Amino acid sequence: MLTDILQLLIYGILLGSVIALSAVGVSLIFGILRFAHFAHGDLMTAGAYFALFFMTATGASIWLAFPFAVLAAILVALAFDRVVYRRLRRTRPVILLIASIGVAFILRNAVLVIWGPDITVYESGIKPPMRFLGLRIKEDQLIIIIGTVLLVILLSLFLQRTRMGKAMRAMADDPDLARITGIDTDRVILWTWVIGAGLAAAGGVFLALDTRLQPTLGWDILLAIFAATILGGIGKPYGAIAGAMVVGISAELGAGLPGVFGADWSLTSYKPAITFLLMVAMLLWRPQGLVGGRA
Amino acid sequence: MMEHVGASLIYLLDPFVLAFAGIYAVMALGLNVQWGYTGQFNIGVAGFFAAGAYTSAILTTAPTDNHLGGFALPIVIGLAGAVVVSGLLALLIGLITIRLREDYLAIATIGLAEIIRLTLKNEDWLSNGTRGVFAIPHPFQGMPADERNLAYFVLVAVVVVGLYLLLERARRAPWGRALRALRERESAALAAGKNVDRFRLEAFVLGSAVMGLGGGLYAHFAGFISPEVFEPMFGTFIIWVMLIVGGAGNGKGAILGAFVIWWLYTFTTGLISLAPVKYATQLGALRVMLVGAVLIAILLWRPDGLLPESRDVGGKRK
Amino acid sequence: MTLLAAEKLRGGYGGADILNGTTLRVGASEIVVIVGPNGAGKSTALKALVGLVSLREGRIIFGDEEVTGLRADQLAARKLCYVPQEKNVFASLTVQENLEMGAFLRRDDFSARMEQIFDLFPVLKERRRQAAGTMSGGQRQMVAIGRALMLEPRLLLLDEPTAGLSPKFTEMIFTKIVEINTMGVAVLMVEQNARDALAIAHRGYVLVMGQNRFEDTGPALAANPEVAHMFLGG
Ligand SMILES: Nc1ncnc2c1ncn2[C@@H]1O[C@H](COP(=O)(O)OP(=O)(O)OP(=O)(O)O)[C@@H](O)[C@H]1O
Ligand SMILES: [Mg+2]
Repeated sequence: MLTDILQLLIYGILLGSVIALSAVGVSLIFGILRFAHFAHGDLMTAGAYFALFFMTATGASIWLAFPFAVLAAILVALAFDRVVYRRLRRTRPVILLIASIGVAFILRNAVLVIWGPDITVYESGIKPPMRFLGLRIKEDQLIIIIGTVLLVILLSLFLQRTRMGKAMRAMADDPDLARITGIDTDRVILWTWVIGAGLAAAGGVFLALDTRLQPTLGWDILLAIFAATILGGIGKPYGAIAGAMVVGISAELGAGLPGVFGADWSLTSYKPAITFLLMVAMLLWRPQGLVGGRA
Repeated sequence: MMEHVGASLIYLLDPFVLAFAGIYAVMALGLNVQWGYTGQFNIGVAGFFAAGAYTSAILTTAPTDNHLGGFALPIVIGLAGAVVVSGLLALLIGLITIRLREDYLAIATIGLAEIIRLTLKNEDWLSNGTRGVFAIPHPFQGMPADERNLAYFVLVAVVVVGLYLLLERARRAPWGRALRALRERESAALAAGKNVDRFRLEAFVLGSAVMGLGGGLYAHFAGFISPEVFEPMFGTFIIWVMLIVGGAGNGKGAILGAFVIWWLYTFTTGLISLAPVKYATQLGALRVMLVGAVLIAILLWRPDGLLPESRDVGGKRK
Repeated sequence: MTLLAAEKLRGGYGGADILNGTTLRVGASEIVVIVGPNGAGKSTALKALVGLVSLREGRIIFGDEEVTGLRADQLAARKLCYVPQEKNVFASLTVQENLEMGAFLRRDDFSARMEQIFDLFPVLKERRRQAAGTMSGGQRQMVAIGRALMLEPRLLLLDEPTAGLSPKFTEMIFTKIVEINTMGVAVLMVEQNARDALAIAHRGYVLVMGQNRFEDTGPALAANPEVAHMFLGG
């Protein structure tokens, strides 16, 4: 039974990793541009498909395709910022939110138009999972967890050590103060999209690697991403990562534990509902996040 | 090509198309009470839409093993049930979320709508799961198809006009003015006391009940519903686009927006029927992209919509 | 020599004007204090100087340049730095990072300047790795002032730097403001602690309903019976 629970924990960390990579971006965008970016999930999807595109076009492996996917997603995000978001920045944030829902539908359906509705995978063939103390983990899954850790380390070096990274944290803390202090807010916004979209694409590729590619890949996980962001406190990238782990682990435990304890029913199809209820509880109980941030 | 465009244009006046546009207008009117009057950001429209549709369907279908009921009740009772159930659901959700600020309310409501959809999808005893509820009675069952659609359109039109008059009245009444005061400068109105929550809750429940009615009307016209109908695109997003394109705040905008967007959407269907079947999904996706693009274009160039809220009663939103 | 001259400012937040013809001047090495009743428009006046409130009328000259309508960051680049009353530190950044952000506009080496600020506020040096949000009100005020000083401003605008502070901290902030002034920085500040503030001020303004009511040297204003009656509690 302990192994079963540990196994669920591994799945939770895996899900948490994917959520974390996207939640960092949502949290930064929320803090800096002040709106909930509803197109973030679909940015993940786009990233995942860009990798597929590169692989089929060049025959390269997924790891060569990875940087290409990241780059392409960044360009897409910057293009939408230029054409849509930037021009709405002077209106109320809620208008940006509505626009981002429009962007989400455009992105998702563009994926549908280009790649069709069918579910696909990067590489077919079933690889047996590795076994360790009775626990199962696939090679890809291990790579996802390690990749996430590496990306988080890179992110934190950027945020803690570079002038732009510090400015980004400052602006996520208080955009008005950042502006009057003389921080170049346009550049911070540009970098926010670069970081946010890049990590979203990474998360999308990882998620597709662990599951399968489909046009609703990212949209389906968007609520979990918001839950992580709110749990961690808006504008707090590290909080978002912690929030993602809480969300990922509780979703997997919530869905799997009844089975572990011998129940003949399961909550697997309600996984999104579990994360969601966690989030609503959070919104009501501590809207400023677990560790405290901007409400 | 030209005759196809012509045929598509004529098709826009088909009662079948008009009836759907009218049903969407009901939904947009409901959303307008929340967003237009009060500034509540509900993107879980699909949840109330579904609650209304399933309630009316379950109440009126003949007894079956497929799902709860049916109770074979008259359609009027079904519609009344749709209004009551979606209103109660809104009351429940509203009591929990009414104090959330707008972007949090957005996230909360879309989540709740997704939970409702998941439930309908997974609980076979209640809703027959993904297979959906069929053989939902039509009020003009015996008539030939054309007349039946026309009769239904007239019914929907009467509902739309009636709702419009009613809601417009509410908007001009002290109740509506209070809501607007809340929307415009929340902090000042907050000082006015505890009534604030109550006003907001009333608007949320009223708007959702109207959406529920729209759901019921949808079910009896379509004759078949399944969880897919209530996915975010057609359950929520398109209704938002209708309201924003038409102009939030006044009911005329909501109605105009519903027709314009539904026509735009239907018109492109007509054209797409020219293309090979193989590409049907892709072309459908293109049309959704078009709707998204229209929304963004309106936000960029005509943020108050085609029929902006009149200044006399409304005052302009910032 | 006049460093800042703001003439007949009119404007507000979109509704009725809050500023109704306010005029403010600050000399090159002066400390100038604005006092006045609550809601008089004192904070609004400071915000108007740094472009955070839109003006319908009036003009602002800083140094030998007209700066009416420039944004706060453009003014910071011209060495006019503003410290708002509230939310004036980056709460999740450390003290040192706050100071670094103050120097964002500088591309040169600002470590000497940071040392100077640490000399002025030794407690900031001790706590330079602490998150600013976890500090006491008085210490946060020092962080905020220190951050504004990083650009080596010619004029510092302070909005109620002692609001909510204990008498001990209040006195110490005023001492530091005098010290900053002797470093060659002119100061224009809004204050509720009118008596103490006027005591260190070269000149002062009394603002009522967005208009200048009195204008005089600090000691003279403090001695003015009408002013004393209105704001100094006696
Ligand atoms: N952001 C704002 N939007 C609209 N009105 C505002 C805003 N800030 C202040 N006001 C209004 O402007 C007027 C002047 O406010 P201001 O803050 O300038 O006064 P003050 O003299 O600084 O008062 P206090 O001593 O309370 O700080 C007040 O009536 C206030 O309600
Ligand atoms: Mg003030």
